[in-house]
Parts: sequence; structure tokens; C-alpha cells
Amino acid sequence: MQNRIAEIEKEALENIEKAGSKEELELISTRYLGRKGVVTGFLRNISSLPANERPLAGQNANRVKIKLEALIAQVSSGLETRGVDGFTGIDVTLPGRPAARGALHPITQVLNEICGIFMRLGFDIAEGPEVETDYYNFEALNIPKYHPARDMQDTFYVSENIVLRTHTSPSQPRAMEKTDPPVRIISAGKVFRCDSDLTHTPMFHQVEGLMVDKKISFGDLKGILTTFVHQFFDKETSLRFRPSFFPFTEPSAEVDIRCVMCKGKGCRVCSKTGWLEVLGSGMVHPAVFENVGYDTDKYTGFAFGIGIERMAMLKYGIDDIRKYYENDLRFLGQF
Amino acid sequence: MKVSLSWLKEYIPVDLDPLEISDRLTMAGLEVDSIENLYDYLDNVVVARINEVKKHPNADKLSCCLVDAGKEELVQIVCGAPNVREGMYVPCALPGAVLPGDLKIKKSKLRGEKSQGMLCSGSELRLAVDASGIMDLEEEHLPGTPLEEALDITDTVFEIDLTPNRPDCLSVIGVAREVGAFTEPKGRVTLPEVSLPEEKMARESIHDFAKVEIVDSDLCPRYSAGLLFDVKVEPSPFWLRQKLESVGLTPINNVVDVTNFVMLETGQPLHAFDFDNLAKGQIIVKRAGKAIDFTTLDDKAHKLESEMLMICDGERPVALAGIMGGENSEISDITTRVLIESAYFNPVSIRRTARKTGIATDASHRFERGIDPEGTVSAMKRAVSLIAEICDASIAQDIIDEYPLQFPSVEIDLNIDALNTRLGTDFSLEIIKGILESVEFDIEKTGDGQVKVGVPSFRVDVIRPEDLSEEVARLWGYNNIKTSYPLVAARGKVLAPLLLLREKIRQAMIGFSFYEAINYNFIHEESCDHLKLAETDKRRSVERILNPISDQMSVLRTSLIPGLLDTMKRNNSQQTDTLNIFEIGKIFFATQKGHLPREKEMVAGLITGNRSDQSWFSKKAGLDFYDLKGVVEGLLDEMFIKEAQFLKIKDDTCPYFEKGFGAIVKVSDLVVGSLGKVDAGVLKNYGLKQDAYVFDFDLGILEEAMPGEVQAVPLPRFPSVSRDMTFIVDKHIEVGVILGQMQEIAKKQALIEDIFLFDVFEGKPLKEGKKSLSFRLVYRSATKTLTEKNIKKLHTNLSQTILNEFNADLPE
Repeated sequence: MQNRIAEIEKEALENIEKAGSKEELELISTRYLGRKGVVTGFLRNISSLPANERPLAGQNANRVKIKLEALIAQVSSGLETRGVDGFTGIDVTLPGRPAARGALHPITQVLNEICGIFMRLGFDIAEGPEVETDYYNFEALNIPKYHPARDMQDTFYVSENIVLRTHTSPSQPRAMEKTDPPVRIISAGKVFRCDSDLTHTPMFHQVEGLMVDKKISFGDLKGILTTFVHQFFDKETSLRFRPSFFPFTEPSAEVDIRCVMCKGKGCRVCSKTGWLEVLGSGMVHPAVFENVGYDTDKYTGFAFGIGIERMAMLKYGIDDIRKYYENDLRFLGQF
Repeated sequence: MKVSLSWLKEYIPVDLDPLEISDRLTMAGLEVDSIENLYDYLDNVVVARINEVKKHPNADKLSCCLVDAGKEELVQIVCGAPNVREGMYVPCALPGAVLPGDLKIKKSKLRGEKSQGMLCSGSELRLAVDASGIMDLEEEHLPGTPLEEALDITDTVFEIDLTPNRPDCLSVIGVAREVGAFTEPKGRVTLPEVSLPEEKMARESIHDFAKVEIVDSDLCPRYSAGLLFDVKVEPSPFWLRQKLESVGLTPINNVVDVTNFVMLETGQPLHAFDFDNLAKGQIIVKRAGKAIDFTTLDDKAHKLESEMLMICDGERPVALAGIMGGENSEISDITTRVLIESAYFNPVSIRRTARKTGIATDASHRFERGIDPEGTVSAMKRAVSLIAEICDASIAQDIIDEYPLQFPSVEIDLNIDALNTRLGTDFSLEIIKGILESVEFDIEKTGDGQVKVGVPSFRVDVIRPEDLSEEVARLWGYNNIKTSYPLVAARGKVLAPLLLLREKIRQAMIGFSFYEAINYNFIHEESCDHLKLAETDKRRSVERILNPISDQMSVLRTSLIPGLLDTMKRNNSQQTDTLNIFEIGKIFFATQKGHLPREKEMVAGLITGNRSDQSWFSKKAGLDFYDLKGVVEGLLDEMFIKEAQFLKIKDDTCPYFEKGFGAIVKVSDLVVGSLGKVDAGVLKNYGLKQDAYVFDFDLGILEEAMPGEVQAVPLPRFPSVSRDMTFIVDKHIEVGVILGQMQEIAKKQALIEDIFLFDVFEGKPLKEGKKSLSFRLVYRSATKTLTEKNIKKLHTNLSQTILNEFNADLPE
């Protein structure tokens, strides 16, 4: 019997030495020390030995057991968890438990980006009501009743003198009434026009900006808007300023950028012109200053307005403006 | 505004490529929307030589022609024209051509004979008036030559998207003036001859027949008129028809066509009256004075208001001034005496009437933008002399020109420095002078750096020095002005708290894996009913839109919930069943009539579908109230609002929640919002088939409920000790009440750091109607490590209080 335990010991030691991984060692441990293991079995059978052999056999077997346990523990600590090839481990391709994401609406993302650009240029944020008086929406901005310029903006009326603002510009006279120059503000938000088709939704978003001080020039307007376009798109985007008409600016300018889709070659998006109209701007009309009591001899200023839906369409390649307000998760999840 | 290049060239010599002209006009502020080749429709129309003419075997009036159309083989074309003959050169439309009137040319068979195209008349090609036979080109051409090339008739039509400030360019001459500003040498336009031809003058004076009286000169400062006799009303000559058609107008008769032609040419709208239908030969210009019925010459009856300006004869109204004539005085085939009206009407009055009556005409479009007040007489004379020539008429001696309210000529004092400051330029007087003179302004130097600028009468948009700065800038080229950067004081303002709160909530919500939705501010007019709002609910004071797009978008929202439910519906119908969405936006409450509504900014969210899907680590499980409550708690936590109370709603404040499944959230005395499970009836109203949970918070009140800046608390130095306690209570007792009681006690005990519920159990072995609640209490001292002895009494007392207060039992 002494031989038997010695044999078991020898064999076990050899196996432990050969073990290449924790898993293998685990198997060895089970084979010798597990409930049905060889050493365990030997110990269990001691009672069937002659009485005089039992003490020694018991001692020996216990010694082997302790020795093997210690050795397995020692070897195990030195071994990595690895399989036969050393890397069995876990199934890393099993999908993880998801940490679900959410996202801001693309319009919010673009609004935030645009506001961020102008805030870095030192503009403050002004906000105003979404339902406006005719005065702030039109008259203060030099658009009297029955002026043909009112055709440019199809207006939703709530009552004769209350409208859903057709642009975020009313924030400008509101802000100027409260502060003296210098003024540097942008105002962002929802605007409304009764127009609904492939390219128009009755609600959309604008960012309007205003800068007033002594000696603010049309050249400065070009500088600020060029900076904006280069930051929002990229430095290579060329732009042009084209004369236009807004009742609240003089001179007025539309800003076109080289089509971001075709790089100016002409495509469907730019109606083959190679240019995309992205914003309206101009030097603040003196009548607007007079309405808020600014000295037109002393101060000049510029204003501009940017359509957010269009900017987001160009940035993300969105082709249908109505998608913004369907709030389809398959759409929102893309941004 | 459409204008053809050939027509422009009648007033200004221009030798530029159409693309170049288009670009220059656009960059001068006259945005060219499209450039069209006028003869595009002649694609596939070529010169053909008729080699052989045979009689059609099955039709007397048709012939079969073998023609050389430049193809490898001769083609057979069946033709019905009487003038067809061998050796003739004619226009031939080949298969693929689309002629005016959308006539598509195809290979076909006519009475059994092949016909591979069409031989065309001048009228069919809109090249001549003659429709009696095929067009005889008279000269030899190489067969197959495109007709446009053979006849050398290229022309381009520019469509200009004019801004409302440039009524002067609602005329070919006006556009020609703009072209003149960029042609070299800068040319002035050649105006058409307007002196009346001697040989066409009748002996009688207009004053012997007609009399014009302006009663309301505020609305009609000027009225000029001319009279013609022996007018023969006929179709217009070809050149006139072609001019009108080239810009999209339909020819009517020679008299009307001339008035339209002169309007297009000069921008002055004219009206032709049948003079024999003007009672007493009188024209009286006055307000209607009372509500009247009036039928315009398009046979439409209108109800007119007393303020509207009318042209009346000696007895009755004969025209809606500046907008449209009446059927009672229009030109007809039997008209012989014609009175031509050329007037200036008040733009606001015309616009108001056009709006109210819904009539928009080429005339009203020009009047409401402002025409040249000094142009009435020359335009009238131009029309009269053209009618005399075309309609073989004679012209009455003299003209009528009533001009009670003279327009002062506009002169502007311009400071060169101010202009340069505005533009950021350093233009010299000479440059400015050159630019302004190129568009017919007069400049006179009045002092150092100071000029007086005379504005031409047709430029009604230029009244101040700033307007001149635009003229200079646009004609110099915006893109040639140097880009600069403003130097301003680096003075910033504090951001509005609401703005920061909004961003904070947005960031928190996407952190909770919500997607942001943006819905329309206007909702269905029955939304309040759909939400089952009580009659007295303040959300029923909606602001209505007077001119909505549709019933679905006719009132301003007083809640964000309808928008979220609609969003859920749209997503569910696209098989997106699980949804976490939120929206931040304004709601609107009507106040007094004529006042702005009260605007409130809200944040609302909706969840529906599954908390977890079937996966290798989880089973499919539906979302419930507590998922939403967790989000709400997280949001409050994000705002450092610690002591919010959730109180079950037991009245009709939120009838869109299922009864017993809704709560309001209170922070001290402020109700910041509500949350709950959407009522089944409401779900049905929105066509929804699965449970949904929504919350709705007022941003303004949230901001009020927020504590000030967070103050750091030193971290504890000693370990905490946790002890649990379990009670068995009546199942209707709310956990919040028990917890509240425990927290009340804890507040008085410095040692209790935290209390929270960690288990709720109902069912066996508990008795029916009972539940067990297990709480964990965390004890900590700031000065020592606690032992069992320190907390035993406190723990037992607390437990005893709850047992007594709530008639609770300890577990067995």
C-alpha cells in the first residue's frame, strides 16, 4: 500500500508539472483531490486496511494530499488562464450587455454647433417669444402693413396683430430697445411660415445675428460670415456675396457657398448652378435703428439669418426636410 | 419677370454671352433663375427638300412626299398642305420632336401610308402667322440642317426672380438699364420713339369727347389718357404675338396686346376702354363709397368694399382701378373708339384691394410695388401710336394728363466718408460718380466729400444715403469689397439660466438613452378632447391659428404630450415598438384677445415597449411606471433636487393618465410636473395599441426648485454600519408614507445616514392583503466607529415607531 500512494504521488507530480493552464490544473486537481479523486478514494479506503497499516497509510496519504494541494495552488498562481493554445478564455464575440445611447435631434446638434461658433466670436444669446406682435415681427423691422415684402414670408396669424414669428429677427429690436451699443447677439429658435411641401415645413429653425457698434462695415459682415462658413463647413469652402433685398438691411446680401455636394460642378442639389444659398444678411437699415432710438450717424451694424434645416441637410446629406419632424427613431438614431 | 435677349437688344447694345449676362445680372441683384433657349422646341426640326410628291392612294386631300431630310435614305411623309411641291425647302419635324401645344411627332401611318415625320407650317412652329400651308423657306439649304441654324434665329429668355424693391425692373427697359451698367462702354438705353405720328392724327381733340376727374387724388395722384378713333380690332401681327409669347403671355387682340406689350416694355400698366361704353365720355376716379357688386372682364363677380378705388364713367364703375377692367367696358370685336388709361395708383391701396378680392394681375403686381410716376404720359403715347399703326386707327388731338398730386423729385445728400464707413471701402468721389451715373443717377458735388444725388423717378426704392451705398456696392461687386474683421470690446454677458438648464436636461436625457424629438408647435384642434381634458382645464384655453395649414395643425399646443403620442404612433407604424423620447419646447396659453399668449417652456418624455429584449443574458420584459419614475428621479438628481415628493393624483388634473397610475411631483410647495401611465381611452384616441408612460415638467418651475450652487461635503472618516428591518403591513399603505416617517425620525438623529427600501414582497406565506417591506438603514458617526451598542436602541425605537404607527408586524 505504501507503494501505491507513492505511485500516485509521483504520477500526480508529473502531471502537475506538465499542466499548461489553469483549466488543465483544475482537471488534475479534480482527478486526484476531487470527491471521486484518486487520493480521496485512497483515504476513504484506509478503513479496509489491516489495523496496523492504517496509521502510516493515513499519515502518508494526508501528507500527499497536503503536498499536492499546496503545489497545485502554487502552480496555479503562476499560470495564466489559458487553454491548450494559451488563449481559450471567453467568447469575446458574444454581444455585450448594451449600454443604450440616446441622441439630440440633428437640428439641436446643428443649432448648438452654430451657436457655439458665434459664441466663440463673442456673441451673446438673446431669446424672444415664438408668438410675436406684428410690430416686432414686421413694423420694427421696416416692413409696414401692405408692403410687398410681406409676400416674402407667408405668415400665420393668431389675431390681426399677433403672428407666429416668421423669423427670429424680432429678437433684435427687442434686444436693442433694452441695451445701447455695442450689441453682439444671436437668437436661435423656431420660426413659422404657412408653407408646406417637399422643401418647406410650416415650422423651421433659424439663427439670426446682430452686431452694432461704431464703424461696423459691410467688410466686417463679410469677415464674420466667412469665418462662420469656414468653421461650419471647412476652410476650403468658397463663398460669394450676392446683392438681394431684405427690408431691414441696406445693402442686403445673400451668401452662397460652393455646392458641398458637387464642389461646384453643378448637380441636383444646387440646381446646376454650383452654388447654394445658405444665408441672408446685410447692413442694418437705418429705419430699424430709428425705431429703437439708435443714432444712425453714430452707429452702423450688420445682421444675418441662417436656416438651420438647410445647414443640417447639407452637413448630413438629408434630402427631405419633412424627415426632421417625423421623429422616426431610425432617423434620429443616425446622428 | 421674363425677358428675351433679342428684346433687350432693342434698347441696349450688348455683345455678351447669355451665360455672362445671366451671371452679371445675378451678381448685380437681379437673380436669374433660369436661362432658356427660346427655340428649344425646334430640336429635331430640320430643313428638308421635297424630292417627289405623289397623290395619297386613299385620300384626296393628302399627298405622300419623299423628302431628303439629311438622312441616308429619303423618308416618306404624308402631308395635307395645298402648297406642297417638288423642289421646295421646308421645315420638317422628325420623330422625337415636340412642337408647341405639346404635339409629339412619331412615326405613324396615315390612311395606310407610312409617315415618318411632319412638314410644318409657320404657325405650327410659332415662326409665322400663316397656317394655310407648309412654310416655304424659299432658299436652298443643306437638307438636315437644324432649322434654328438655317434661319439664324437663336434667342435666349432669362427668367429673373426680382426682389420686391425693384419694380423698375418689371420692364424690359428696366432690365436693359441694368445690363447697361456692366456693358463696355457703359451705355444708356435707347428709349422707344414716343412722338405721335403726324399722319395718324385726327382733327378732333380728346377734350371734345372725354373728361377725366380725379376725386380721390390720395389714391390716384396721376391719370393720363389718350383717345383713338376707327380702331380695327383684329388678331395682332406676328411680331407682336411672338414678343408676348416669348415671355409667356397669351395674345388676345391687337389693342389689348399693345397695352400688354407697352407694360412689359416700360413697366407702366395700361388699360384700354371701349370708349363707346363710357357713359358721357367721362372717367371719374373715386372710392366705391359703398359696398358694391362688380364683374371684372374675366367674367367673375366680386363684392367690393367702400374703400376700394374705382374707375367710373358718367354713371357706373367700369374698372377696379389698377387691378382689372370691368366686362362692361372691355375691348370687343366691334370696338372702334378706344381710350387708353395710363395712371399712377397708390401702392398700398392697390395691394389692399388685390389682397381682399384675391385678384392678382400683372398690373396690380406693378402698381403695388410702385411704378415710375413720371412715366405715364410716355407709355400712353407709345401705346397710342402703336395702336394707330397696328389697328389702322387715328389719334385724337391732345392728351389728358390729370396730375393733382405732384411727386417731388428725390435728391439725396451723400457723404462719401459715411458711405465708405458703411461699406468698409475707400472709394473716391470719381468711382462713386461713375457707378451711380451708369444707372442714371445725377451727381453734383456740393462740398468737401459731399455730393447731391438726383434719383431717377423710376427708382422708387432709393430714398436715403444708405440706399445709395447699396447701389455702389452691388455695381462695384460685393465680392470685390475687402473682407475685414470687426474690432469690438471683449465684453460678454451671463447666459440666461433657462438656457443652461435646457442644455443640462438635454444632456441628462441622452445620458438616460432618450432620443430628442422636435414636434410642431401646432396640433390638432381636437387635441384637448383626445387628452380627455376637463372642461375647466386651463390647457383648454388654446390659441387658434386663423389661417392654419390643416385641422391637424390648427391650434397652438398647451401640452407637449399630443406631439409625443403622435411621434409614438408614427414609430409604431414603422415597427419601432420600443421608444424613449423626450422633447423640450414651448406651450402657449391664450390671454386677452389681441395680447400675446403666455409661453411656458416644458420638458416631456415618453417611454413605451420593452425594458429588455430577449437576449442571451435577459428575458423580454415590458417597461412600466417605475422605469419612467427612475428617469424622472435621475433627472431631478441631475438638478440636485433632493426632496421631491411623488403624490398620487386623485382628481382630474391629468385625465390622460390611467386612474391610480399617475403622480404629481412636488418639491416643497412647487408642483414641478407629473408622470403616469397613459389612459387606455387616450391611447385609443391616438390609435395606439401598446402601453405608454409619459412625464411632463415645467422648466421654469424646475429652475425655481433647484438649489443654489452645490457645496462640497467632506468625506466621512469612519465606516458605516448597516442594519435591515422588515415589516409586514397592509398592502395599501404606500411605501413613501412609511419611508417619509422614517426619514422624519432620521432627520433628528445624527447617526442615520441613509434609509432605503430593498425588497417588497406579496403572497404566500403572507396573509392576503399584506405585504412585507424590507429597509436598510445605514448608520455612521462623524467621530467614531460605531458598534452594535451605539445603534441598538435607536434601531429598536425606530422599528417600534413604525410598528405602532402603521399597525405593522415583524416577520415570524
